[in-house]
Amino acid sequence: MTEAQRPLSPHLQIYKWQLTSVLSIGHRATGIALSIGTLFLVWWFIAAATSDSAFAAAQSFFGSWLGLILLLGWTLSFFFHLCNGIRHLCWDAGWGFDLRTTYASGWTVVAVSIALTLIAFIAGLVVRG
Amino acid sequence: MAEAPLRTPLGRAFGLGSAKEGVQHWWAQRVSAVALIVLGLWFAASLIAHAGADRAAVVAWLHEPLSAVLAVLMLAAVFYHAALGLQVVIEDYVHSEWLKLSTIVAMRLISLGLAVAGIFAVLRIAFGG
Repeated sequence: MTEAQRPLSPHLQIYKWQLTSVLSIGHRATGIALSIGTLFLVWWFIAAATSDSAFAAAQSFFGSWLGLILLLGWTLSFFFHLCNGIRHLCWDAGWGFDLRTTYASGWTVVAVSIALTLIAFIAGLVVRG
Repeated sequence: MAEAPLRTPLGRAFGLGSAKEGVQHWWAQRVSAVALIVLGLWFAASLIAHAGADRAAVVAWLHEPLSAVLAVLMLAAVFYHAALGLQVVIEDYVHSEWLKLSTIVAMRLISLGLAVAGIFAVLRIAFGG
């Protein structure tokens, strides 16, 4: 099949970086990261359903340095996608479109998602002991 | 000046637009997002509570009917929401028509397979051991 060679809009690199666009890209990137994380989520559930040794293997992976770094990334991705998703739902309801509110809600999302990530991760490490 | 109608009266009544699916995808993404605010926070809190836990503790947790039902709903909502989101990403970046279609079909099948595997694992723990 022949693909039509239509002109494309300017690419990302010619635009100035700004909070709104970074958070928009971040929403998509964290969504993809969380989708990849679902593979590990299903592995964890299957391991729990299978045997003590299978579950111990999964738990030791998530407790390793690589596992903890991945968990930190998924925790931040989860809370960012959650907070920014609520921001999107507010926009869908027609609230918060003016520039000042958009930036205020954007910085709020950044601050709250980092704070929730730290709280969740520290709580997890405390529970684990 | 009256605008010339570019859409037939029947097309306007159907309200499905040029993509032929109307706002169904948009609504499904939002409804599953709202469900995941609750289910996601519940699951994150549950994971923190079980950080470093052995298999017996996780099995006991999923033996509780409420936990099992919420875990099944969480997995269903996660994979539904992820498939809807990944579809948009694929539609944005894959321009070849046949490759786009086959990538979306493959992604949907993988999402469905993972959802069924995860839900089966939860049910196996909930009903058995």
